[in-house]
Amino acid sequence: MSRRSTIARSTRRRFLAAAGAALAGSAVVPVVLVRPARATPETMAVAIRDVIGEARVREGRVKIDLPPLVENGNSVTMTVSVESPMTEADHVTGIFVFNEKNPQPNVGSFHLTPRAGKARVSTRIRLGDTQTVVAIAQLSDGSFWSGSADVVVTVPACLEYE
Amino acid sequence: MARALVNIPRKAKRGEVIEIKALISHPMETGYRRDSTGKVYPRDIINRFVCTYNGAEIFRADLFPAIAANPFLSFFTVATDSGVIALQWTGDDGQTQTEMANITVE
Repeated sequence: MSRRSTIARSTRRRFLAAAGAALAGSAVVPVVLVRPARATPETMAVAIRDVIGEARVREGRVKIDLPPLVENGNSVTMTVSVESPMTEADHVTGIFVFNEKNPQPNVGSFHLTPRAGKARVSTRIRLGDTQTVVAIAQLSDGSFWSGSADVVVTVPACLEYE
Repeated sequence: MARALVNIPRKAKRGEVIEIKALISHPMETGYRRDSTGKVYPRDIINRFVCTYNGAEIFRADLFPAIAANPFLSFFTVATDSGVIALQWTGDDGQTQTEMANITVE
């Protein structure tokens, strides 16, 4: 009987130890989970590869207009323009915009045709932090061109909810 | 249905490059926001926008949660013929809204 109680006690001890570890774990895990995962320059690079594959991206031709200093990251006017004659033979087929530090690296993808006449798109975006925004243009000849803009954000989007 | 504002010139010269501006009221709920109890507001955004000119697609956009609430878009097109320019927004729930504008090309 004394032997059985020893076993029982040791099981109970092990259970308590396990429960303690689980509790400690649960105390730590939510702190990590509450914050949405941030995109990083690496995840942005992966998102860019998802869109363009292994193609080479050259710098130039693409211009992003964003204010260098943003007070409110909830709504920031952004214009992307690409140097292109927009003819049937030579035009922009897509403009893809990415960010480094929002919860998700994608911002928007815009598909154009020669009928656009001008390769320029404007929208309003959210910026969760001070970061670099990258735009990549796909041309009708299959080449990719990129441009970027650095933005300092004083009050990031969604700050009040974190 | 949501309120939409569309700005397309009523008249244009043939071959003229015109600007199309479109705004629709929508919260663009990111899916990353939480209420005071920590519950996540489920994602609800407009994820697609398509513009057609007399039935032919001239512009399309895939939108992500990084697009601000009440999504605004501006882009260009060549005024080719008189007719109808239609704008269609599609939400995560699959619902669509279409706005149409007539254009006279001289």
